[in-house]
Amino acid sequence: MGTNNELKQYDEIINLANSLSSDNLRDEIVTNIYEQSKSICNQTIRYQSPEKLRQTEKLDRIFTSKIFGFPIMLAMLGVVFYITIAGANYPSSLLANLFNWFEGYLTMFFHWIHAPEWLYGVIVLGLYRGTAWVVSVMLPPMAIFFPMFALLENYGYLPRVAFNLDRLFKRVGAHGKQALSMAMGFGCNAAAILSTRIIESPRERMIAILTNNFVPCNGRWPTLILLSSLFMAVGLPKTMGTFVTAAVVMGIVLFGIVVTYFVSWALSKTLLRGVPTHYTLELPPYRIPKFWQTVLRATLDKSLFVLKRAVVIAAPAGMLTWVAANIMIGDTSILMYIVQFFDPFGQLLGLDGYILTAFLFGLPANEIVLPILLMGYLSTGAMTEVEELSAIKHIFVDHGWTWLTALNMMLFSLLHFPCGTTMLNIYKETHSKKWTFVAFALPTSIAIVVTLIVAQVVRGFGWV
Amino acid sequence: MNQKQTIKIALAGNPNVGKSTLFNTLTGLKQHTGNWPGKTVILAKGSFSYKGKDYTIYDLPGTYSLLSNSTDEEVARDFIVFEKPDITIVVLDATTIERNLNLALQVMEITDQVIICINLIDEAKKKGIIINENVMMDKLGVPVIKISARNKVGINLLLDTIDRMITGNISTTPYQIKYSNEVEEKLKQLIPKMDKIVGDDISPRWLALRLLDGDESILKTYMRRKQMGEGEEKSDGYK
Repeated sequence: MGTNNELKQYDEIINLANSLSSDNLRDEIVTNIYEQSKSICNQTIRYQSPEKLRQTEKLDRIFTSKIFGFPIMLAMLGVVFYITIAGANYPSSLLANLFNWFEGYLTMFFHWIHAPEWLYGVIVLGLYRGTAWVVSVMLPPMAIFFPMFALLENYGYLPRVAFNLDRLFKRVGAHGKQALSMAMGFGCNAAAILSTRIIESPRERMIAILTNNFVPCNGRWPTLILLSSLFMAVGLPKTMGTFVTAAVVMGIVLFGIVVTYFVSWALSKTLLRGVPTHYTLELPPYRIPKFWQTVLRATLDKSLFVLKRAVVIAAPAGMLTWVAANIMIGDTSILMYIVQFFDPFGQLLGLDGYILTAFLFGLPANEIVLPILLMGYLSTGAMTEVEELSAIKHIFVDHGWTWLTALNMMLFSLLHFPCGTTMLNIYKETHSKKWTFVAFALPTSIAIVVTLIVAQVVRGFGWV
Repeated sequence: MNQKQTIKIALAGNPNVGKSTLFNTLTGLKQHTGNWPGKTVILAKGSFSYKGKDYTIYDLPGTYSLLSNSTDEEVARDFIVFEKPDITIVVLDATTIERNLNLALQVMEITDQVIICINLIDEAKKKGIIINENVMMDKLGVPVIKISARNKVGINLLLDTIDRMITGNISTTPYQIKYSNEVEEKLKQLIPKMDKIVGDDISPRWLALRLLDGDESILKTYMRRKQMGEGEEKSDGYK
């Protein structure tokens, strides 16, 4: 094969190229490319109505304005949350009823074939109820949230959000495109980790990866929405209640962004020191999206995604939890041993052992944290039916919950370690055990510190 | 060309130009289309048949250049260089051609088999942008087709052009970017030597340019592949 000869040729040409190369060569090459594409365009394209082209500029002046940019962004976010929460209630209970109704037949079937009690437990009370919970609580908000998000995205608003946030992120040594991967994180942190590939510089990409978790994903929305509507909007009329719920959820999301901002700053001052690289962010023209096509595609894609996740991850985890709650060592189940182990620490954080155990068992998917928690509380080892929200609140209150518990669980959910899938992706993208560990440890420590402080302050002032 | 082998097509383009929409239109495969940079980070693959030929089409990551500033650009570039698609379709946004054409010119430095698709042509019309595709075709030396992927305009012409390109009825002479005398002079010294190493596998001119730019990675990858007996493209590198 003449390998030696080839290697010699290779070295020779590399050396020659190095001797010929100069620092400003890249700029020269790029300038040439731009000039020539410009000249080709000048010869082939005619603009009949330049004023129409300025429409985008006019809109940009509003959407990315220093004064209006942020208020508009917050307003849009608020509206999206409000519609999601207001619209999801009814279909959620409808789905839950449907699942309950079907469970009746399943139960009858299992009795009819004289199935042993444990099989009924594993399949119906563990697997089926786990899946039914995830689907009925998660699917409706997602089916509303994502089409709206997709519409904003297709209209061209999201790049403007990135543009607005860019100024902020640059100030803390992070990359403006981080805002885009964060937007992706609203859907799924695991997918967002992949989307950080758009950030060229490895340093800033690492910051984006490590902080992405502070944007609540698909699997954490239901926890935030449910707890907020159960504990934060107490005693308010329906419309007002929805409004407050949306406001609280938005507050949590904003807090997540503040944490992202702060952690990015801290990282670029310590572990990932450096200055932000220069880059261009293209703002595509505004386009009226094809409404139904966008809605349909977003709904279908996300719905299928949620369903798949429910079956692949939530179902086995539901089964496992059932098993843990029903295998006894002495007169205490495995689950209870774990709960008791974590309880003192949990109490310190304004939480309890059940909640921390639920987060731990929920490592494969954040979706199942709440159902596991309920399973633990009922210690029947089975999940409750979700038709009555007030019934859920009852269970919580019976176990000593206050608004502080709810708030801290929301905060912990927002800030704690990423789910298993996300961690796997972080490992695949960074090829580093060290950084994957940081991605686990950093958010978890922040979650612990924040909830600890909140709990101590609230208790100290005697607010609960 | 072996009839039984499927024909490989790559879709390149800036982010937000409707690449994924075209991909969906051609393949009918359900896939989410992105509207902001970096949405298509993993290569999506689909297939379709036209006039008895089977095609596999790869949706490359949306990029602004192929100068390898990011993982995305590297993925897109390496695919065109090493997987050697039979045709590379570069999708341009009719409303922002000037920005988009840079990428097309860079693709045309790597491969001859290029079709330019000017997408969102209906949008451009609304904004009073008039594109003379015939002149552009003359200038660029490759087929230029106006389409609207979401309204399925011009798709048949595109398919027909693909078909005629594969059967050899269309030959292309892609526009080559001319660099400053200084750079061209340096290229002249490098190209003959490069020729000896890569032959017809990779455009020596383009590779020489990358070396001048200080990017040795492509040549390194090439040598490694060659030593591993992979002169033939290895197609399972990308799924």
